[in-house]
Amino acid sequence: MAKTKTNTEDYLRMYRQMVRIRTFEDNANQLYLSAKMPGLTHMYSGEEAVAVGICEALTIDDKITSTHRGHGHCVAKGAEFKEMFCELLGKEEGYCRGKGGSMHIADQSNGNLGANAIVGGSMGIATGSAFTSKLLGKDDVTVCFFGDGATAQGLLYEVMNMAALWNLPVIYACENNGYSEYTKTEEIAAGSITARAEAFGIEAHQVDGQDVLAVNELTQKLVARARKGEGPFFMELMTYRYHGHHVGDINREYYRSKDEETDWKENKDPIIKFRGWLVEQGIASEEEIEAMNAEIKKDAEEAVAYAEAAPYPDQSEVDMHVFTDIEHALARNTA
Amino acid sequence: MREITLSQAVNEALAEEMRRDETVFIIGEDVAEAGTPFKVLSGLVEEFGTARVVDTPIAEPGFMGLGVGAAMTGSRPVVDLMFGDFIYLIMDQLCNQAAKSYYMSGGKLNVPLVLRTNLGATRRSAAQHSQSLHALVAHIPGLKVAMPSSAYEAKGLMKTAIRDDNPVVIFEDKLMYNDKAPVPEEEFLIPFGEANIKREGSDITLIGTSSMVQVCEAAAEILAKEGIEAEVIDPRTIVPLDEAALLESAKKTSRVIVVDEGHQSFGITGEIASRINEKAFYHLDAPVLRMGAMDVPVPFSPALEDITVPTPDAVAENARKLMSGELIHAA
Repeated sequence: MAKTKTNTEDYLRMYRQMVRIRTFEDNANQLYLSAKMPGLTHMYSGEEAVAVGICEALTIDDKITSTHRGHGHCVAKGAEFKEMFCELLGKEEGYCRGKGGSMHIADQSNGNLGANAIVGGSMGIATGSAFTSKLLGKDDVTVCFFGDGATAQGLLYEVMNMAALWNLPVIYACENNGYSEYTKTEEIAAGSITARAEAFGIEAHQVDGQDVLAVNELTQKLVARARKGEGPFFMELMTYRYHGHHVGDINREYYRSKDEETDWKENKDPIIKFRGWLVEQGIASEEEIEAMNAEIKKDAEEAVAYAEAAPYPDQSEVDMHVFTDIEHALARNTA
Repeated sequence: MREITLSQAVNEALAEEMRRDETVFIIGEDVAEAGTPFKVLSGLVEEFGTARVVDTPIAEPGFMGLGVGAAMTGSRPVVDLMFGDFIYLIMDQLCNQAAKSYYMSGGKLNVPLVLRTNLGATRRSAAQHSQSLHALVAHIPGLKVAMPSSAYEAKGLMKTAIRDDNPVVIFEDKLMYNDKAPVPEEEFLIPFGEANIKREGSDITLIGTSSMVQVCEAAAEILAKEGIEAEVIDPRTIVPLDEAALLESAKKTSRVIVVDEGHQSFGITGEIASRINEKAFYHLDAPVLRMGAMDVPVPFSPALEDITVPTPDAVAENARKLMSGELIHAA
């Protein structure tokens, strides 16, 4: 953390957003463990500095595409707990009216173009979003989040080729958390990940994904350049996934050790590191930080309680939102 | 009325919509200077430039995915897929992304995209450039599917597709690009979900899609000489499907053959036949007959290829059998 104090408000917001993500995930995990949540979920805990460092460098007009591990991106791009927990529980007031759930959670009004449950599935979407920006003469930038596992998908190379040919304002953000589902990244990725982008003439950077300031500083520079037509760019963010591939992936010693997990949690945690820096720089006191943590915890608990009590969508909604112009898709043919 | 080719009709529709709406663009392989291998898009890049008529690398999933993202963010892409057979390559982007985005987002992220592609065998192009795969797409909720049967429909349906806020797949029959039909000079649109009765008749209904409409019309001519009056109906879009019009005709004639160039099994013909059986059963005097392409990969040799698709003679022959009651107890 080499950066010196320049903007207290920004730093505190970054800290707050990271804690909000961690707190959201702790509650989501609890909902799963207590069998209150339908289905499974993929925890973002440990990777907070990536989503926050990047999204804090974006405006509301900038777009992101998210992944199955997308709660962090959703929070970081500006979503609210209440609508997020409602979505997680399949309730009507969820961002997607309960039709998406954990793997498709997105606050679309903040420029989140959806969380994608196909690994690598959103790379074309992000590139197309950047294409619109250029076609219509806008200056928004799109960040495409994906994991190291997704670098094995061919789509990435097809769209990076096009983005580079046409100088599209897109930033490919590879969150390298070391594991492709239940397999070590080194077993699925030959050679260097950044070199994949460099082969297309795309400027690529590797950055410590546990250092929110480093991530933010790099993103700010790349976003500014992408707005001027100097894109695309590629970032490899070195990070770590505290939980298993999903919340049900409990016994995982066959692919990684507990010692390794403990080392990352105790020595490389993005929130602990940034908190220490905030105190050391005199930006916030321990008391102020504790108060902020407590407030976020309370917000989350209230949102969970709200979501638990909230109604499910009416069953008549099942064939709504299939087409924009046909209110009930099945009504037409059920004579 | 003037007559133009199906190719010119598509070209006119695109040009008119691109003039009307600057968010419309075309993207695909060899769409600009080449104007596609079928020359359907010739001249468009000269008018609209390479920013809106965009040549891509040979990377179908990539440019299809790009189209989906562009559509989500305020553009109206017309994605050009050179051969319908390449649909397999873009299945994830079409069926998992484009088709489901509006639903998965609870009605917030729609995808106003047109996928322009083709179908049709007997061009001596063998098994990977001759398939008619519209049933695959029609099976997926969230996609509309248009199947123009002449230049007139090709223009009117394309313009409607571009203005539609949902993903629409248009299958043009690649053997019909040079076929001429009367097309008005003034602007017109053809609404989706409205079948067209091409020929009225009282004895038997022939439901055809795309070029099979012409096959049905030719069969009706043959039958007319024998005193059998066939009604020919073109659904024009199979999603949405004008079920009411098909049922009405079935109830009127009490005999139906459904003709489509997709493989017969698990296809469009079976779907339409089934709906008629379910909803017009007591009006029928014979089982609803399906006539699709043979359930074999499309062969190269003309001697083999020509027998894989329905022909006017084959449709007429089946119509005679239905009329005579020959097929009622066949088993």
